[in-house]
Amino acid sequence: MLEAHIEKAFPGGFRIDAAFRTGAGRVTALFGPSGAGKSSIANAVAGLIAPDSGRVILDGEVLFDSAAGIDLPPERRRIGYVFQDARLFPHLTVSANLDYGLRRTPQHLRRVLRDQVIDLLAIGHLLGRRPGRLSGGEKSRVAFGRAVLSSPRLLVFDEPLASLDAARKAEILPFIERLRDELAIPTIYVSHAIEEILRLADDVGVLEAGRVLRAGPTVETLNAGNIVHADMGDPGSVIEACIAEADAGDGLTALALDGGRLFVPKLGNARTGALVRLRIRARDVAIARERPAGLSILNVLPARVKSVEDGPAAQADVALDVGAPLWARITRRSARELALAPGAEVYALIKSVAIDRGN
Amino acid sequence: MDILALSALEREALALSLRVALWCVAISLPFGVLCAWVLARCAFPGKSLLDGVIHLPLVLPPVVVGYALLMLFGRQGPLGSWLSAVFGVEIAFTWKGAVVASAVMAFPLLVRAIRLSIEAVDPGLEAAARTLGAGRWGVLFTVTLPLAWPGILTGMVLAFARSLGEFGATITFVSNIPGETRTLPLALYGLSQVPGSETAALRLVIISTALAFTALIASEILAARIRKRLAA
Repeated sequence: MLEAHIEKAFPGGFRIDAAFRTGAGRVTALFGPSGAGKSSIANAVAGLIAPDSGRVILDGEVLFDSAAGIDLPPERRRIGYVFQDARLFPHLTVSANLDYGLRRTPQHLRRVLRDQVIDLLAIGHLLGRRPGRLSGGEKSRVAFGRAVLSSPRLLVFDEPLASLDAARKAEILPFIERLRDELAIPTIYVSHAIEEILRLADDVGVLEAGRVLRAGPTVETLNAGNIVHADMGDPGSVIEACIAEADAGDGLTALALDGGRLFVPKLGNARTGALVRLRIRARDVAIARERPAGLSILNVLPARVKSVEDGPAAQADVALDVGAPLWARITRRSARELALAPGAEVYALIKSVAIDRGN
Repeated sequence: MDILALSALEREALALSLRVALWCVAISLPFGVLCAWVLARCAFPGKSLLDGVIHLPLVLPPVVVGYALLMLFGRQGPLGSWLSAVFGVEIAFTWKGAVVASAVMAFPLLVRAIRLSIEAVDPGLEAAARTLGAGRWGVLFTVTLPLAWPGILTGMVLAFARSLGEFGATITFVSNIPGETRTLPLALYGLSQVPGSETAALRLVIISTALAFTALIASEILAARIRKRLAA
């Protein structure tokens, strides 16, 4: 387990003062907008930058302690680091890149098998090439392999997908999931993309302006704050639900919520009983006082209003309870005309759903 | 084909010049790499002073450098008497002195070329190597220097060529002794003082030019190969 308290002032006035620990699960995410200090914190954990003060403790070993004057150099921390740019050594072949950390790991500390990693990442056919001849996605996979082959005690992914296009991201994410599931190395995953967090992270620390706002299990933590933090950029809510019926007919999958069933386009690898995480944008949720009839919207769930807050411009953000927390963003006029107040019984009309994790 | 055959004097001067230049590069390279790395990658007080001292031979008159070396390495000089007493090595007025003189004169060129190429190496790659378990020295030898290799080669050729052409510091420090310190430029200088040896002097000019040119071309070819390998 990692326990860190990092304080650092940067020229220009930006300041990090963040304390967090990894959760019980395998993957702990550091989530926040660009410039929140996520990467600096990851760098400080790995020993690539020195905090002004604080402590970093990994599995009971003190890696950094400003008060005690301890600052282990990165090569003695045994923390694997995957950078946003793959940073493969251009003068070495893929094979030699993979071996770089492996060779420097003493025999008795090696936990990860070379062949297994090559297999998991499907990079066997690339071994003889140099990084200059690899595509972006291939570089990422080799960088993952190089980091895990050093048998790290902790793996840090620092926005590993940020420089890839959407198609490459979709191609690479399953490989990260495979590493997580097969190798079980405790991981810190730094990202500003909520879909990656939902898909990968068991726990999350939400960062803003160099501080940890909230931390804890992913779904609860992302829903805990106000609407803006619940979904960076595109406000909404995060729901974890069980697949009630993988094939509910008409190409749909049914998810079970306490308040009823939610129908989504059929999930490719869905199994009945599996948990999925989904995101529902606040602007995709409408509210009705009565159960509407003759409507094309499939998902109509009975809901209870928890709160009504003024949103940006003419909008109001309504917190609903449908057996799970659900945000709706409607106009203030509608809120007034429907007389929405805490406790009111209404119906939530959900226009679309994004699924982020099926496991 | 007699015109292509080298005279005894030419052979001697050429062999000596090559020996001095090769030793000059061999001896100054480790120090040059170290200084270049320190200047490129370390921050410490007095860094600009070190930078200045290294570049001093570039701006000082060579005679001044030669005379300073004579004071340091002469029989009475602090370093010269120590080397003589401890190792029995004489520097002044020997070909070893010629090596020292040209090494000092070539040092700034060597360091500058290597420093530039080290600065061009992405520090991110070095950080990545550290997280993979390599210490500072390991990173230097497995990442930094291999990637800086074209620049190191350039520096070596520059130092080699500078050593071939070294005159002022050499003649002041180790004099012009046939077979010991009379390198190509010194032999040429000697001939230029003797009336009627224009042809002999011209031959030395051609030999010197051909030598320097060959070194330059060879390094270009090598550097191009290395760059191609790094890019592939």
